[in-house]
Amino acid sequence: MDSTVVQTPEGLRDAERIIFPGVGAAPAAMNNLNRLGVVDALVEAVRSGVPTLGICVGAQVALDRSDEGDVQCIGLIAGDTRLFDLPDPALKVPHIGWNEVRVVRPHPLLEGLKQGDEFYFVHSYFLDPKNSDHVYSTTDYGSNFASSIGQDNFFATQFHPEKSGRFGLDLLKRFATWEGTPC
Amino acid sequence: MLSKRVVSCFDVRDGKLVKSVKFVDTKEIGEVLGRAKEYYDDGLDELVMYDITASSDHRNIMLDTVETIASEIFIPFSVGGGIRSVEDATSLRWAGAEKINVNTAAVERPELIAEISHAVGAQSTILSIDVLRVPGDPRFPSGFEIVTHGGRNHTGRDAIAWSREGERLGAGELVVNSIDADGTKDGYDIELTRAVAEAVGVPVIASGGAGKPEHLYEVLTEGGADAALIASMVHYGEYKVSELKRYLDGRGIKMRMNY
Repeated sequence: MDSTVVQTPEGLRDAERIIFPGVGAAPAAMNNLNRLGVVDALVEAVRSGVPTLGICVGAQVALDRSDEGDVQCIGLIAGDTRLFDLPDPALKVPHIGWNEVRVVRPHPLLEGLKQGDEFYFVHSYFLDPKNSDHVYSTTDYGSNFASSIGQDNFFATQFHPEKSGRFGLDLLKRFATWEGTPC
Repeated sequence: MLSKRVVSCFDVRDGKLVKSVKFVDTKEIGEVLGRAKEYYDDGLDELVMYDITASSDHRNIMLDTVETIASEIFIPFSVGGGIRSVEDATSLRWAGAEKINVNTAAVERPELIAEISHAVGAQSTILSIDVLRVPGDPRFPSGFEIVTHGGRNHTGRDAIAWSREGERLGAGELVVNSIDADGTKDGYDIELTRAVAEAVGVPVIASGGAGKPEHLYEVLTEGGADAALIASMVHYGEYKVSELKRYLDGRGIKMRMNY
């Protein structure tokens, strides 16, 4: 897959597919997106049907707002990003490491995943979409949280497919040919 | 449920995998990329690379090696060795390192942890600590002191106090390396690992002393570690990564078994 890093609204307008990765904090990510002036172009691209994949903070800022810095986010999918509040001291925050992704709703990008297949996570906040129809997989860390969400041509993972070995690479390969239909 | 991790440590000099015994004597034992790929295919959960290149071209060699590995190995990958500034950290992140490991430079200037954490996020900021047992020394309430340069330099810092300080400054994970256990193959320092794991709220990677599969089991249970670091056990072909994971899985530890 040929790819280029874009930092302008114009750059996004030519994209056939968009990977919207993120690492670090949601407020910093939103600051950067606002500073670059790319939020509207991103929303427009997604609305016009461009297959788009959000990763980690890229998934979190796709919701309406984040508990992290109480920041307004892009709102591609209704919901909030919330801080893990885990009473069990053995469950550390951040949630760092490999954990199982259980498919709860079939999606072309999650095709072929079996019970016990794990992906790599690094995050302190989790995705909490309003509508459970937007949840495609869940992961157990104290309780089940949404590890991937999506709507139409937009799909986003809390885990890092690029750091998740063969299963992650398979997901990225499927994204390279995905037409943007959710099933 | 979160899996425990088996992490392999690569000491790298001039792009070659070397083994340093007690941080002093080093010898070359293989090609970095070939080994990394072999372990990756065999189920390794994470890779840590410490650059011990001594030449003045240190940074460029490190960036080249990191880029090569990151383009072929798709598991979390952390890099340490000579990182002294935010610029060092961000250039390594762009080269493909998932996590930045700081040690000596952070002991000398603790704010470095906060600076790097702010730039790349706490989840990508790892504090490595080298620890020596100092029983009975009233200056160190925990009985453990932070040392540098393979134990030759004493810092006067208590290991538990420093671990907490590192977490407060923004480290998202700790690598706890026992200088007493390092190279002995007699097992990790369980008492030390447990003390740190109980003192901080972030994950702990135990390092130093692994010689048998039982040692990994002990440190991941009794020691309270989230991950076990191994080096010579696998570098000399004595054990395979998959074999260690099967053993731990068989003893009821949650491991990533599909890969």
